[in-house]
Amino acid sequence: MAKEVKKELQKLGDKLLQDIEKKENPSIEIPIRALSNVVFDKKLGQLTLGDKTAKRYYFNVAHAKKFMQTAMVASFSKQLIDQNIHASIRDMFYNLKRTLPDSNENTFDEQSESDPIIVDLEVAIDVLREQLHLTTDRKGIVAGNVIIQDRGDNIDWSKLGSGGWSIPSTVDEITFKKVDAEFVLVVEKNAGFERLHEDKFWQKHKCILVGTGGQPSRGTRLLIQRLNQEHKLPVYVFCDADAYGAYIYSVIKSGSISLAHVSDRISTPSAKFIGLTISDVYEYDLKKATIKAKDVDIKRAKEMLNYEWFKKNPRWQKELNLMIEKGIKAEIEALSHKGLKFMSETYLPDKLKKKDFLD
Amino acid sequence: MSEHKKAEDFAKEQKEISVSEFFEKNKHLLGFDNPTKSLLMAVKEAVDNSLDAAEEAGILPDITVKIKQVDENTYIVSVADNGPGIVRENVPRVFGKLLYGSKFHRLLQGRGQQGIGISSVTLYAQLTTGVPTKVWSKVESKKKTYYCELHLNTAKNEPDVIKEEEIDKEVVGEHGVKVEMEIHGRYRKTVEDYLKQTSISNPFAKIAYTSPDGTKTVFPRSLNDLPKPPKRMKPHPHGMEFGILQRLLQNTSSRTLLSFLTNEFSSVGSQSGKEICKLAKIPEDTKPQELDRIAIEKLIKGMQTAKIQRPPTDCLSPIGSAELEKSLKKEYPNAEFVTSITRDPEVYRGFPFLIEVGIVYGLGDEVQAKRKKENDDDKKEDVIELIRFANRVPLLYQQSACALTEAVKDVDWRRYNLSQSGSNLPSGPMKLVIHICSVWVPFMSESKEAVAAYPEIIKEAKLAIQDAGRKLSSYLSGKRRAGEQKRRMQMFDRYAGEVSDALAILTGKNDKEIEKKLRALVESRVHIKEEFVDESVEMSDAKKGIKSEKKP
Repeated sequence: MAKEVKKELQKLGDKLLQDIEKKENPSIEIPIRALSNVVFDKKLGQLTLGDKTAKRYYFNVAHAKKFMQTAMVASFSKQLIDQNIHASIRDMFYNLKRTLPDSNENTFDEQSESDPIIVDLEVAIDVLREQLHLTTDRKGIVAGNVIIQDRGDNIDWSKLGSGGWSIPSTVDEITFKKVDAEFVLVVEKNAGFERLHEDKFWQKHKCILVGTGGQPSRGTRLLIQRLNQEHKLPVYVFCDADAYGAYIYSVIKSGSISLAHVSDRISTPSAKFIGLTISDVYEYDLKKATIKAKDVDIKRAKEMLNYEWFKKNPRWQKELNLMIEKGIKAEIEALSHKGLKFMSETYLPDKLKKKDFLD
Repeated sequence: MSEHKKAEDFAKEQKEISVSEFFEKNKHLLGFDNPTKSLLMAVKEAVDNSLDAAEEAGILPDITVKIKQVDENTYIVSVADNGPGIVRENVPRVFGKLLYGSKFHRLLQGRGQQGIGISSVTLYAQLTTGVPTKVWSKVESKKKTYYCELHLNTAKNEPDVIKEEEIDKEVVGEHGVKVEMEIHGRYRKTVEDYLKQTSISNPFAKIAYTSPDGTKTVFPRSLNDLPKPPKRMKPHPHGMEFGILQRLLQNTSSRTLLSFLTNEFSSVGSQSGKEICKLAKIPEDTKPQELDRIAIEKLIKGMQTAKIQRPPTDCLSPIGSAELEKSLKKEYPNAEFVTSITRDPEVYRGFPFLIEVGIVYGLGDEVQAKRKKENDDDKKEDVIELIRFANRVPLLYQQSACALTEAVKDVDWRRYNLSQSGSNLPSGPMKLVIHICSVWVPFMSESKEAVAAYPEIIKEAKLAIQDAGRKLSSYLSGKRRAGEQKRRMQMFDRYAGEVSDALAILTGKNDKEIEKKLRALVESRVHIKEEFVDESVEMSDAKKGIKSEKKP
């Protein structure tokens, strides 16, 4: 795999050098990453990037700097691959940040400039950031009856005490030694993960517990996908009853708009939504634990009503409409209103038993 | 006995006042209103005379000016030229009699016109220090130099020669005049400004100057040819006034009105002569001397309504557009942009006149930095420096009263890319030179510092300024364009190093070679862009309607 990426980077360099030699305006073709160029592939159940592209030119006042930055990131990545080392995207920012000769202009001023360039490069040569040997901060935790091998070390996810295993940004290269579980439960909140971990939920219910800590990182999404595909484990996603929770679920399932180009490589189309829903709020008498929805929540919910991948299931339409109509939202912690162990001992087992999932 | 005085009593006190006595009491009318200006006037009158003399004689002027301080407020001004000299008999009257001169009675473009100038300095010297004015004059035909010391008898308006002799000592070379005047005054840089400006408007003159502290400055000539000598001009009917016409009618040798008109006036042929007579309802064969006051009035009306050709314009001697530009470049070698234009002659009151304008933009980094520093407190830019000339003579005072200044303020400078608040002078690092030449420049007073506001003059001056303004504007927008272009190219060039390094790593090729190719590509693209930009700017100019402002 690494060899191919290197070849792609080389091809990009050759193309640009040819442009220069032919005395043409050197350009990099980059697929557009915006909702306007994101399509929902019904067959795959995934968001994919359309075929609209934009060219980034060297001789264009508005493009020139980004052109340079893209070339710099590409060459940085090539060096990482050549030396078989990894760098965090923050490392990369500091490594590439410098002042251009005879000026007070920097190659990069903020990491917020270099981060999107990485994604540009990913889509331009159709590779993953992980393959470019660029890593992000660890985000996401996992626990369960699983033993993996990571850089030669065996790690038992069941023996990590209170913490669980921190999911690295690159999980391509870990191998599963033993997987003893029947499903994967993904929890949006770290607090929810802690609650279920402490209650030994994963032991009692023979599952793998994943905490995403908000929007799941790419590493977490890939890990979920691998567990689903390689070990045929169903995936259930447990989020807040609001538009953001529903979107987190859809990102795991279908991919995100901003990273539509990697959907097929990190999403899990068979993932299902276990809760929390507004219907649950009434079902389990949690009305008193709800929060008034803010304007942005309502706005987001309305936007999502129109997302194609939420349109196909009338139950989703119902839930989103309920959010808008009732003007309320509920966090998963709201379940503690019924007692601290209500979540692990009543709600989730009940849902699992009833197979009350949203697809 | 009645207390009141009788007419006879007054009669004892009533007596003629000579011009000299009049000006003795009214020095300010001649420009001697303060010590600084008085010193400048002395230099100016002498230098103007020297330039006129040399130029009329066809000699490239070589003028030496020295100012020596005698005590706190007394200076000796000496000016020497290489002109033809003045014949012995005329020297005392030229320097010691007001209103004596060759220039008043003719219509010819020249620096002086009334014959007041230099003799007024003699008068001023005599009034302030009492030291007689010294004159050396050498004409080519004589071996010796004539020397005299003189005062001006104010009661009689006649020179008072105190001492005169022929000397062997060579004071002014082969020929020329030197004058030395001791006067009260105060020395300021204005003298140098005046000489510098004189050098601009007289590019064929060389002026060497020694200031009171001994500093020597030479204003070299940038041109080795004298301007074509201006021709004398007969009066034009459109400029006629009663008194002058009456005098001309009395003195003419023509026997009929028609021949008087065709002989004594410019641009009048038998056809237009007949038309004047017809319009005035006076028979063509009337004897000129027989016209009475009413007939003269009618004749003037006829002259003004008749269709008559413009006066001849070969009587004007402009600096010349190319010459002015060259001269300005010599005087301001660090200027960023210099341009000048010379308009075609126009006519006011029957007098031909012509306007020239020069622009010096960007006064060199040093001057600009200094100006910027001085202006740090109030970030506003200085207004431009206006340099006015009339018949090549710098006008240093009464700028705000001058018609030329009015014309500059009347122009909307914002359309020429300069800032201007209200109808003031525009702001910016610029000098604007404006020159009016005419056989008769209408000054506001005898000190000749401000041009009177004839609508024809203001209109023509504005057109001239606008012509030059357009050139400035296209320079400035070109500069801005070039600046943008440069910034753009600098940006591409700045990124070339990083891009080349990156490509070298990606391709495994030599980084230096890639960089060379990329920089060559940057270089080659400069020109492509420029052509493209030029087009778009021309279009936007047309949109702004600047083109519609062509001269009529």
